Amino acid sequence: MSDLHALYQEVILDHCKRPHNFRPMPDSNRTAQGYNPLCGDKVTLFVKLDGDRIFDVSFQGSGCAISTASASLLTETVKGKTLAEVESIFAGFHDLVTGKAKTDGKGPALGKLAVFSGVSEFPVRVKCATLVWHTLRSALQGGEAVATTE
Amino acid sequence: MATTTREVTPTTKPAGAAFDVARIRRDFPILKAKVHGKPLVYFDNAATAQKPRQVIEAEQQFYLSLCSNVHRGVHWLSENATQAYEEARAKAQHFLNAAESREIIFVRGTTEAINLVAGTYGRKNVQAGDEVVISAMEHHSNIVPWQMLCEEKGAKLRVAPINDRGELLLEEFEKLLGPRTKLVAVTHVSNVLGTINPVRQIIEMAHRQSIPVLLDGAQAAVHVKVDVCALDCDFYTVSGHKLYGPTGIGLLYGKAKLLEAMPPYHGGGDMISSVSFEKTLYNVIPCKFEAGTPNIAGTLGLGAAIDYLDALGLENAARYEHQLLMYATDALSRIPGLRIVGTAKEKASVISFVMDGLHPHDVGTVLDQEGIAVRTGHHCAQPLMDRFGVPATTRASLVFYNTFEEIDVLVKGLHKVREILG
Repeated sequence: MSDLHALYQEVILDHCKRPHNFRPMPDSNRTAQGYNPLCGDKVTLFVKLDGDRIFDVSFQGSGCAISTASASLLTETVKGKTLAEVESIFAGFHDLVTGKAKTDGKGPALGKLAVFSGVSEFPVRVKCATLVWHTLRSALQGGEAVATTE
Repeated sequence: MATTTREVTPTTKPAGAAFDVARIRRDFPILKAKVHGKPLVYFDNAATAQKPRQVIEAEQQFYLSLCSNVHRGVHWLSENATQAYEEARAKAQHFLNAAESREIIFVRGTTEAINLVAGTYGRKNVQAGDEVVISAMEHHSNIVPWQMLCEEKGAKLRVAPINDRGELLLEEFEKLLGPRTKLVAVTHVSNVLGTINPVRQIIEMAHRQSIPVLLDGAQAAVHVKVDVCALDCDFYTVSGHKLYGPTGIGLLYGKAKLLEAMPPYHGGGDMISSVSFEKTLYNVIPCKFEAGTPNIAGTLGLGAAIDYLDALGLENAARYEHQLLMYATDALSRIPGLRIVGTAKEKASVISFVMDGLHPHDVGTVLDQEGIAVRTGHHCAQPLMDRFGVPATTRASLVFYNTFEEIDVLVKGLHKVREILG
């Protein structure tokens, strides 16, 4: 598989064209905006936090295929997870897209997020993949500031 | 280039054109490079142009045989370096057709040139309640310095609107001018749309009300023969690196009487005639605005770039670039789902476009794998992106060393984009 096909796998293109949980959430209790000044990607993340567990999560915004698919798959992945679990997944995801992933199977199970492994061959696109994760962290910390990739 | 000829048939490549692009390409060493195993197709010229060997060697020659400070030493090296530095100023004067060489200030680039005018002329002449007029197609560097000035002074920034083709609405522009307008600052050529603005009319309209005009020439000087005397503009700015010169060097042209009346920008060496702890007397122009050791090597490199363009003939390059623009516009328009943003009647060879359902960032990544360098993003013109309702565009900016074959490679690349991204 070429680097390009590894980057733009079917799963990613599907999530880009038909993103899951792409909707506003009027009764969210955590929200944050993410912005990538390099390419203009914008994402707004809505979270309904129940104690330390994510009860529901959705997003809106516009961005490239990688950032949109990443947001879509994030919402699928973190729904029902605890804050600690989210942090662990983000760490594993970050290692995956920056090419530092552990190959010994001791890292956290990333499930569907593994489709982003091709990003590591395109360093300038790492920010596209991680923008929504930074935004999620910002939402969970309850900050008012806009998360950026800078 | 600004040419009014429109007789070129877009679909045909001119056979045996007098413009010897193959020979010209040999002057630009980087054009032989391969990217991802493919020949480099460099279409990001509006971001920065590649440098001919003559420019690279001029910079190198300074460090090899002339390195010393200017305007300071009595020794041989310094004298000769100073002479070369001032010769470059004379070349710049000739290039812009300024009346006097002291009207040319060496700066880091267009951004610094505009900040200099905002920070000196602007701070002196713009007061609370006054207005500065710009256009809707400005680069951030011709927006933010004025915003900062207006914020500091309690003045107001007014923005002249454009139509859907990306052309300035001259009547609306004129309506914005009035007794409170202290300066007009507009781009000569848009870095996103390629629009060549009717700067002569803009200047006439402003001058009728005694309002000075700054033209941002970062893109224009590359494609249009600039004559500041004929235009009668008050300030003109040029980026050396977009003009095939080194990075970190640019030009500010200002009418002598305006520059003389302006306070200095940076304080330091070379901008003074005498200093005591009680009182400093400033140097005459241009030195008043060139505090500190300048970018001497860069200045000599820019001089070499101007020599190169003189030898090439900007008009020749202009005609060829217009043919490239026509050919590329036609070829891109045939790609299903592709829309060109910026379709002004008077246009330089800059083509921004969007593709249905695809984000420019993804388009750029696929093209990069084909060896094609384009710019994707907001091009430092976010308000303009908002005006056209797009988050970003893909931009191919063409210059005289580009070829019709490279445009064919781009078209093929865009078909591959569809194939991969759907």
